[in-house]
Amino acid sequence: MSDTAHSEGHTHSAKPYLRIYYILLALLVVSIVGPMMGGLTVLLITAFGVAVVKALMVAAYFMHLNVEKKYIWYLLVMAAIFLLVLFFGVAPDVMNKSGVNWKHLDHPAPAVTAPAHH
Amino acid sequence: MSAFQVPIATNRCATGIPTGRLAIWWVLASEIVIFGGLVTCYLLFRFRHPEWAAEAEHTKLAAGALNTFVLLTSSLFVVLAHVAACNKDTVNARKYLIWTILGGLIFLCVKAYEYTSEISHGYTITRSVFWAFYYTATALHGLHVIGGMTIMGLILPDVAKGKNLQRVEYIGIYWHFVDVVWLFLFPLFYIASAAS
Amino acid sequence: MTSSSVHADAAPEADSHAHHAPQSFWSKYIFSVDHKIIGLQYTLTGIFMAVVGVYMSYVFRMHLANPAAHIPFYGVLSPAAYNSLVTNHGTIMIFWVAMPILLAGLGNYCIPLMIGCDDMVFPRVNRLSFQVFFLSTVLLLVGFMAPGGAFGGAWTSYPPLSAKVEYNLTPHGNVIWLLAVALEIVAFLLGGINFVTTAMNSRAKGMKMFDMPVLVWMIVIATIIFMMSVGPLVAGAVMLLLDQTLGTHFFAAQGGDPVLWQHLFWFFGHPEVYVLLLPELGVVCEIICVFSRKPLFGYKTIVYTTFMVGILSMIVWAHHQFIAGIDPRMASIFSLTTIIISIPVAVIMFAMIATLFKGSIEFKVPMLWAIGLIVEFLLGGVTGIYLGSSALDVYFHDTYFVVAHFHYTLIPLVAFGGFAIFTYYFPKVTGKMLDERLGRIHFWGSAIAFNFIFIPLFFSGLAGEHRRIYDYSGFAELTTPHMQSLRTMATHALLVMIAFQIPFVINVIKSLLKGAPAGANPWKANTLEWTADSPPPHGNWAELPEVYRGPYEYSVPGREQDYWPQNAAN
Repeated sequence: MSDTAHSEGHTHSAKPYLRIYYILLALLVVSIVGPMMGGLTVLLITAFGVAVVKALMVAAYFMHLNVEKKYIWYLLVMAAIFLLVLFFGVAPDVMNKSGVNWKHLDHPAPAVTAPAHH
Repeated sequence: MSAFQVPIATNRCATGIPTGRLAIWWVLASEIVIFGGLVTCYLLFRFRHPEWAAEAEHTKLAAGALNTFVLLTSSLFVVLAHVAACNKDTVNARKYLIWTILGGLIFLCVKAYEYTSEISHGYTITRSVFWAFYYTATALHGLHVIGGMTIMGLILPDVAKGKNLQRVEYIGIYWHFVDVVWLFLFPLFYIASAAS
Repeated sequence: MTSSSVHADAAPEADSHAHHAPQSFWSKYIFSVDHKIIGLQYTLTGIFMAVVGVYMSYVFRMHLANPAAHIPFYGVLSPAAYNSLVTNHGTIMIFWVAMPILLAGLGNYCIPLMIGCDDMVFPRVNRLSFQVFFLSTVLLLVGFMAPGGAFGGAWTSYPPLSAKVEYNLTPHGNVIWLLAVALEIVAFLLGGINFVTTAMNSRAKGMKMFDMPVLVWMIVIATIIFMMSVGPLVAGAVMLLLDQTLGTHFFAAQGGDPVLWQHLFWFFGHPEVYVLLLPELGVVCEIICVFSRKPLFGYKTIVYTTFMVGILSMIVWAHHQFIAGIDPRMASIFSLTTIIISIPVAVIMFAMIATLFKGSIEFKVPMLWAIGLIVEFLLGGVTGIYLGSSALDVYFHDTYFVVAHFHYTLIPLVAFGGFAIFTYYFPKVTGKMLDERLGRIHFWGSAIAFNFIFIPLFFSGLAGEHRRIYDYSGFAELTTPHMQSLRTMATHALLVMIAFQIPFVINVIKSLLKGAPAGANPWKANTLEWTADSPPPHGNWAELPEVYRGPYEYSVPGREQDYWPQNAAN
């Protein structure tokens, strides 16, 4: 039912998880306040860098990858690598507005009702 | 139908990882490429269209932040349910699972408020490809939230009786994954409005 | 192997052995959780869909040989029906024939038997997988009854043709087609998780990773490739569905990008070819070892090479898009990877030939199909080199050369491989032997006719004949008597090939009724499935086997018998 590595013998405590939870909340505040500081670099670090850190913390401590067999990391990293392959394979065609001997012509967007101000 | 009997195969454990947990990780690996594929497509378009930053201004940062908080908290609850299950404490395991389901419900309510408000202001799915991505990604994520809540509801009776307690951990791993997906959707659709 | 003590209701292996065989017909054959029944359900559904797919090819080949004529068993073929038949022929043959027979049917039947356990690890998930698959089958066929007809935008479903009703003219057919394919993918994801987890966790006592038969390795690697490549297509299918139904513009020129769909489709679509190839290569490895009484040459090399094939197969996809306007620098990279992937595949082929070398070869029917597969697939692979090079592909693309190349790879895999599996495992599944003479007639007739279908198509493709054209009368250079004779020859060869399936059907019926009893191990093979009864009972073995050695100990010097089953203590 749980990780054999550390479940046998003693009672589990909730404390370490609470500590991780408080760190996650602090990081959430950082990611919201970050963009208000202005600057693209700050935003990228506070929004996406912090998202990566948060995701890794959830994976390591809440999903117990820190005590899981190494196989699972390989599995997840493999999936991530294939996604990178997809990104860089598709990027030259889809990410740019023009390329070698081609140019993306912007078609007129279909008529939509103008959004009301709010 | 005659009572189903768990085959011997299920309880074998050549890798050292219980079968259910191993399968959950494979489920997540295939989910990573599904959400990852969608996010990859979004990123490709996002780099091509710097002007989408202006569209992203209209998503509700406060609601997104609240939802991040709600999901992180529900992740904590589900891991506490797992701790309780490890200690064979079925009362607390059941309590924390119910709190997790409530967290999912709050998340969906906030999401429903966001959708309603955005649609009523004209930001519909067909307005532009940005909004199409926004609705597709968040709705796909929302379906996963609903799926997780449903499964938790289904395992509750057994958990209360102290049967199949390993399932608390498995649904927990899935729920954390749903949380992790949101951790990425949040900056992609809510925060990155200033990036150009 | 550590027995898992962490499951709350885990019972020790010895005393949980009371497998109750289900009683009624419904619980035994329709809603069964037994991996063998589910494997047969997949296989029989696949065979049924193969008949449907062949019927479609019969209709449009008859039309091409004799345009606008009345086709027996069909009538006159309209242009819209031509499109939907061509589209659904491709879709059915890949997703509803090759996948269920080669991956799901074979994997379900063989994995638990080959690794010595009583069932898949999640039998109920397995049942759900087949039920979802069955639903998808029904949905796809329902598409033909939808107002406006079945989807006709080719099996690759490129937008904007597939996305906008104004272009494809099938307002319901396109949505139904997409939903059916999506459901089918869900079914195989459910099954795939089961396959991989079973092979990783539930091997018999004493069986190490490298004691698994190559077939299990290949099915597992194929499943992993499938699971890793299909995700972006699932996302893409959701996007396309929204384009079709809600009018978003993911793949439209107004803000979206049609080329993106092509990338998502082929990011899955090319690995898919290897998903189909690998289980077949595994079966061929098993069969040539058994029928040449020799150990497999380079077992570990084959496994590692297969991993290499798997990884490389993920980075070749854009060779389907050389004329789609993709970046020419990327085209060069994809050309290179495409040509590189022939190296590991060739390594596996050479290992097979080395296995045959100096063996005591018996040309039993399964062996004929296996060798036929190698020979014909080689022709398909070699013609792929032309298409993989981006400069040549500009000329060949969308001609019948591509059609012929594709069928020269896929028909050996699906038909030759399928018949190899069928004839090899028929004694195990039914407990009866097939007739060798009828089997040989079936093999030689089909194999020769197959070449006469597709060799003419190579030539008509070289002459510039485009595929997916209903009526060639507008192209003067394609309506010459010579071009028409190539088309007619292919059609006649198809009729001959269909006719040669009659001995096969007779053989199956005759053997089921009064074939010689097979016994547990008619081929004198080593792998564990041959130590169970034929057909294996519910739970497979009275006592689950223990494994002492690898699967390919044939003709070991100093032994009386030339085989050495994996579970024999000495």
